[in-house]
Amino acid sequence: MMATRNAIGLVAVVVGVALMVPLQGWAQSPVAGSAGEEPAGIQVPPPPFTEGIFPCSECHKDLPVNVQRRQLVDMHDDIVLNHGPKTRWCFDCHNPGDRDRLRLASGELIEFTQSYRLCGQCHGDKLRDWKVGVHGKRTGSWNGKKQYLLCAHCHNPHSPRFKALKPLPPPVRPGLIGGEKGGTR
Amino acid sequence: MSGPEKHDPSRRAFLGAAAGAAVGVALTGCTPVSREEFFQRHLHELTDAERDVMVKRLEKQYEEKFGKKVTVATDPPLEGVTFAYALDLSRCIGCRKCVYACVEENNQSRDPQIHWIRVLQMDKEKGVDVLKADPYYDSEEVPTPGHFYMPVQCQQCADPPCVKVCPVKATWKEKDGIVVVDYNWCIGCRYCMAACPYGARHFNWGEPNLPADELNPVTHLLGNRPRPKGVVEKCTFCIQRTRKGLYPACVEICPTGSRKFGNLLDPSSEVRQILENKRVFIFKEDLNTQPRFFYFYGV
Repeated sequence: MMATRNAIGLVAVVVGVALMVPLQGWAQSPVAGSAGEEPAGIQVPPPPFTEGIFPCSECHKDLPVNVQRRQLVDMHDDIVLNHGPKTRWCFDCHNPGDRDRLRLASGELIEFTQSYRLCGQCHGDKLRDWKVGVHGKRTGSWNGKKQYLLCAHCHNPHSPRFKALKPLPPPVRPGLIGGEKGGTR
Repeated sequence: MSGPEKHDPSRRAFLGAAAGAAVGVALTGCTPVSREEFFQRHLHELTDAERDVMVKRLEKQYEEKFGKKVTVATDPPLEGVTFAYALDLSRCIGCRKCVYACVEENNQSRDPQIHWIRVLQMDKEKGVDVLKADPYYDSEEVPTPGHFYMPVQCQQCADPPCVKVCPVKATWKEKDGIVVVDYNWCIGCRYCMAACPYGARHFNWGEPNLPADELNPVTHLLGNRPRPKGVVEKCTFCIQRTRKGLYPACVEICPTGSRKFGNLLDPSSEVRQILENKRVFIFKEDLNTQPRFFYFYGV
């Protein structure tokens, strides 16, 4: 009898906890972003901004918002957008109201340090792999603190394909190692 | 023809004396330090105190040679850890940054050149084919269209053929799976190089040339301490780093994040995630060497 009562109590606790978790999630403000999204124990370094460009509101606070799709000429004209369909443009990811945040398709505003959530909207498989350490680069300690890089540290978000590199020199062929016989002995 | 050779006592005495003299010359030609080295027993026979004496001797020897302080660590394998490595063939671009990061970290000879990592350029049409692979590619840009890249280093086999053939037990597999070489015990017969199906072992044909300013002074007894001429060396998963919890140097340098490292026994490690969820390729699997180095396709 005691055992049954205990079991019922346990079930009640479990159900209670299960209900509380999503409620807590809902209770959070959408701007702050859900803390549960952050993979545990992973430190993300600051986003790779061009020097002096952030916060964006420094300049944008005095500028009128122009949501017209257009070729940028006065500023940011160095940005070449080569990412997905031709119809893509600034405000698919950037937020016209608050320039210091990015905007998800759902309308939720997120910090630049959480940009992986933005990328993960389309590249969900990569986000999944990144969270468990399969995609992307981890440095630090294999059994302790790890540092993760944001998507934007390796991929230019405006033109994400990797640029080709000059490889380091090839190995010396065995016949050429050490010069003539006795040379290095 | 003369009859059976007579054993003339005076001749035997002469030979004995000659042999004694030869040993004497060998010893008098040496400093007291190398006399200790000459009578050094196998590492596994030493007590911890005797091993520490040996380590101190090595540190002193290196300090004299390179003119700077060198530490030789003896960190033992970590409990409950078996190291494993995974490399993403779909992401490696063949830039060879890992090759040179490894050389700098592990104190390989610069000339004669020794590289522990060899990057093979292969044809996408042909797939993994070592006979057609090119380790000497020198293109303007990588990745070259139509090609993929497969870096090869020690596969840290669970059943290592190199260890089986060593006639003096100078190489063995540690508890954490790292195959190591005792450079003081290696006689340079190179049987292990013949036995290794991956070309992962390298011989110091000449006196290793390692400039003092390029020496990495943080070393491990079974890893990146400076080697003498005439011994075999190989990748140790950066034993001096990984036994302290760090990632190997090649993982840290890789610009595409193709290289993954961790504990095979930890279900949440990166390598376990890969083994359980990705398409994994084992190099020369049919030889049953059971590598702890896995190639995978991340996309």
